[in-house]
Amino acid sequence: MRKLLLFVASVFGVPVLLSAQYNLGRQATPEQIQAANITVMTDGTGLPVGHGNAVAGEPVFKARCAVCHGPKGEGRKGEYPALVGGRGTLATPKPMKTVGSYWPYATTVWDHINRAMPFNTPHILPPNEVYAVTAFILHLNGIISRDEQLTEKTLPKVVMPNRNGFVIDTRPDIKARR
Amino acid sequence: MARSRRKFIALSTGVTAVALSSCNKGGDEPSTSGANMRPYGDRAPQEKIQRTIRELTASPGTGSSRTPLQDIYGIITPSSLHYERHHSGVPAIDPATHSLLIHGLVDKPLAFTMDDIRRFPAVSRIIFLECGGNSVGEQSGKFPETVQGSHGLLSGTQWTGVPVSVVLREAGLKPEAKWMLAEGADACRMARSIPLDKALDPEVLLAYGQNGEALRPENGYPLRLIIPGWEGNTNVKWLRRLHLTAEPAMSSKETGYYTELRPDGKAEMFTFVMEARSVITRPSGGQKLTSHGFHEITGLAWTGRGKIRQVEVSVDNGKTWADAELQEPILPKALTAFRFPWRWDGEEAVIQCRCTDETGYLQPTREELIAVRGLNSGYHYNGLRPWRVKATGEVESA
Ligand code: HEC
Repeated sequence: MRKLLLFVASVFGVPVLLSAQYNLGRQATPEQIQAANITVMTDGTGLPVGHGNAVAGEPVFKARCAVCHGPKGEGRKGEYPALVGGRGTLATPKPMKTVGSYWPYATTVWDHINRAMPFNTPHILPPNEVYAVTAFILHLNGIISRDEQLTEKTLPKVVMPNRNGFVIDTRPDIKARR
Repeated sequence: MARSRRKFIALSTGVTAVALSSCNKGGDEPSTSGANMRPYGDRAPQEKIQRTIRELTASPGTGSSRTPLQDIYGIITPSSLHYERHHSGVPAIDPATHSLLIHGLVDKPLAFTMDDIRRFPAVSRIIFLECGGNSVGEQSGKFPETVQGSHGLLSGTQWTGVPVSVVLREAGLKPEAKWMLAEGADACRMARSIPLDKALDPEVLLAYGQNGEALRPENGYPLRLIIPGWEGNTNVKWLRRLHLTAEPAMSSKETGYYTELRPDGKAEMFTFVMEARSVITRPSGGQKLTSHGFHEITGLAWTGRGKIRQVEVSVDNGKTWADAELQEPILPKALTAFRFPWRWDGEEAVIQCRCTDETGYLQPTREELIAVRGLNSGYHYNGLRPWRVKATGEVESA
């Protein structure tokens, strides 16, 4: 009952507790968090221990990815995104945004594949295979060599071509005002 | 008795024998007792308006469906017609087992069942939701023929839920926490990083209610994030996890997508706010005026920066503008309906609207927008949308 005294003024008419608790929810266990947490940060936090290079990635890509993205990651126009190409096009009238030309972090490529690919049955690739297909795609883009091993330590150090291609929101950028 | 009464009617009204032989039904409406009540209602069978569906890849579940704005009344979109945008289809989630995990830079990581979430004090807010990619083609010169095609990734809803700030307070935030990764339970685990300042804004909700009932599956059942005024994609659906972090995770949807390429080849990221925009929904492309004379021009205006202050309409191809009347209620970050009386003289006319929000921001023309952003930024296009009423009465994009 004493907790009620901690109610502060309201938010849209709803009384809100300052710092005290409604005591809803249950403390999450470390195991529970580990099982659910798939966040990968750009510094590599969250990456599982593992390794893979393009040599190991090629057969995985052929088996799991090529049916949609094409054997060389060229995509299918209007049907599936290309995973290669587009370098040097971003400032042209016909920019081609791909993982290789546009995405600023290699960790994002790894994370996207780990969360979302292969499209129909995601979350089936063990970490080593995610490292390996990521390496294969980065190799197709000329970003790493064919035998460079990607690991939880080296992946965050890969410098993507468009690493410095982003600026934070400058809106409102159009200054028609009254 | 009966005989004298009939005589009395015949005398007093002078009606003919024909009329007398049948009762006056009082019109053509049915005279038999109607259909039974239904536990869950549906619209009349004659009413056919619907979303239009477009897949974006050869794999179903990566596309969008659009709200038929030309046929919607008022500022609330029926849940069945709310726009959709998915990245790996609509997941089937059991609310009895669904849980929301809050962890990372918090004092006490917590997991909530849906029952837990619904026990918090609830708030309801009427807001608009617009996909960051609404009208993505208009900037580069592709003008869909209808307002559903050009603006249909826009809907208005009363959402109900608990402020995120209230739930985060249960876990206790560490001072290093600056971002909140919100993650969905769809197959692709769609995830966006939200600046913590915004997440703590009391208007940001963990929503489970949509127009008075549970969320529709395609709109995030059983739980979603609602960030009033921010691009649809940040309003993560099927919410399963909130991860408090010091930095943004740079997920694929905040780097590879929902970023806006400028002419210099650099791209703007974290462009969250949907800026002021308006459109005439009637008469609009694909419709036909069948007679001269009075036609009410109606439409919608909205802004992610608060309230709409003014809507102006031009019926002479932008030469002159006059104020439209705003329909109450005018709510912050909600659709605002407007109307403008118009007498169509049968000549070809180009009609359009523009809005100003409470910050003084004026909706730009397409030319003004392109002058700053070029042709390839794509997302967040909010230029004016003229319609041409032809002498035949047909309306097309101008
Ligand atoms: C059934 C078809 C299919 C298969 C198989 C598939 N993908 Fe995809 N992939 C897609 C679709 C569709 C998208 C776009 C998703 C969207 O629009 O959100 C995509 C997007 C991607 C992207 C993001 C590229 C971009 O620019 O959008 C990457 C990277 C990717 N896939 C990698 C892979 C890898 C690696 C595999 C194999 C392990 C794989 N995909 C298997 C259909 C597929």
